[in-house]
Amino acid sequence: MTSFGRSIRLALGAWALLLLMTVVPASAQQVNPTASAVKEQQLLQELNRIQGRVSIPDQRSGVLEQPQGREWREFRNVTLRWIGGIAILGMIAGIVIFYLTVGMVRLEAGRSGRTIVRFNGFERFVHWMTASCFIVLAISGLNITFGRPLLLPLIGFEAFSEWSQWAKYAHNYLSFPFTIGVVLIFLMWIGGNIPSKVDIEWAKRGGGLIGHDHPPAYRFNGGQKMIYWIVVIGGGLVAASGYALMFPFYGTGIEGMQMAQIVHSIVAVLFVAAMIAHIYIGTIGMEGAFEAMGSGEVDVNWAREHHSLWLDEQKARTGPNDGQPQPATAAAE
Amino acid sequence: MARMKFLCDADRCIECNACVTACKNEHEVPWGINRRRVVTINDGKPGERSISMACMHCTDAPCAAVCPVNCFYTTADAVVLHSKDLCIGCGYCFYACPFGAPQYPKVGNFGSRGKMDKCTYCAGGPEADGSKEEYEKYGANRLAEGKLPLCAEMCSTKSLLAGDGEIIAQIYKERVMKRGYGSGAWGWKTAYRETIES
Repeated sequence: MTSFGRSIRLALGAWALLLLMTVVPASAQQVNPTASAVKEQQLLQELNRIQGRVSIPDQRSGVLEQPQGREWREFRNVTLRWIGGIAILGMIAGIVIFYLTVGMVRLEAGRSGRTIVRFNGFERFVHWMTASCFIVLAISGLNITFGRPLLLPLIGFEAFSEWSQWAKYAHNYLSFPFTIGVVLIFLMWIGGNIPSKVDIEWAKRGGGLIGHDHPPAYRFNGGQKMIYWIVVIGGGLVAASGYALMFPFYGTGIEGMQMAQIVHSIVAVLFVAAMIAHIYIGTIGMEGAFEAMGSGEVDVNWAREHHSLWLDEQKARTGPNDGQPQPATAAAE
Repeated sequence: MARMKFLCDADRCIECNACVTACKNEHEVPWGINRRRVVTINDGKPGERSISMACMHCTDAPCAAVCPVNCFYTTADAVVLHSKDLCIGCGYCFYACPFGAPQYPKVGNFGSRGKMDKCTYCAGGPEADGSKEEYEKYGANRLAEGKLPLCAEMCSTKSLLAGDGEIIAQIYKERVMKRGYGSGAWGWKTAYRETIES
């Protein structure tokens, strides 16, 4: 039995070998064993990205090719610089022109010598914590976008890298107190910052910036409400997109990080432009304004001219006798 | 001067990972970092294909263009290298790279990145050729010794080719002609804005 089986198998094997010898050489050269396999161009056209499996632990390296970094590069190197340059330089130019032509918004009635509490210690602490973080974040952030063409040629590679390294650390770490500040600002001032009809009137009269107009306002006027929402929404966006970049691959891929960087940088440069205006009006732009965040107390005449409805509210709450003459310097915590 | 390129003949790659291993060993690449990897598309399905990929040393390299501190430089052999002394670990080159080449050792808090590491085409870094400092930061400098990248040298099927672009393109074209098929030079269009007809 076994010998019969063996001879059958042998015969079959010989037959198969004969077949192979006669048929294969004619076609072997033309057979493409990977003819059905994927093609690079076809994959790129379908998804603009090629992904597969890797056997190394880093599964994220399974993305083979993603040419859309090219568009991101164009944004980062060209578009963003234009947006940021126009927004920030435009704002500075606008303010300089405004200051030179219109000048500081004066206290028309002069100082009364009496003050009223505008921001308590906690409010001012939150404001300055957020503000000081913002300035460092803004400078270190602008360095990433504008440092290479503007600062690097001036100070050289080593010095610029050293500075940028520290700026990066500062940017990463100060994002936390900044975010806390934005959250606190959102919570503690939301009450006074809901847009209302008063703001429409205020806006129609240009906020009283030009001329001697003083449109009425509650604790926060239309312009301050705008700043508030810029801080809350803009701050929220930069924080969210920033953390997506700081914690790579937590919920995002490369495309997600490219998007996050685009959102982060556009919102940030507009934010910087808006804050330049805020800093201007809070310092040299308006007489008596800085005290609100400085000592926390503003002159009653300042309050009457810029926040008449708020002053009325405060008077109604504390009673008319509270308006005793007192030296402005006696402001105590 | 030569214009160094990589070419992975995807019809020959068998996903043996010899290139990955050779690279890790030659340069003592730290744990968690892979300068080269083999990606298998449609794994286990009909039409499966494996491609070995690392930094392609692009023409007009995106990483170099977006780097905020300008730490990249291109050698006379068109190899794209960078200085780890200048790198601040921001991750921008990683966002721009089409091939996922830049790698970051995870150091410190959160996801904070250390100095970027990537394929050097076995050409070291800005330090003196073959010096200890160069080896510690970038790995071996085989190019300075007149040798080609080890990944390609170790390729078990000679799928991965490294060398002057024109020469390896010629080798590939001859192969395609002889065997009658080819799937093109993967990544070349993205990296070099040119392809090899096959």
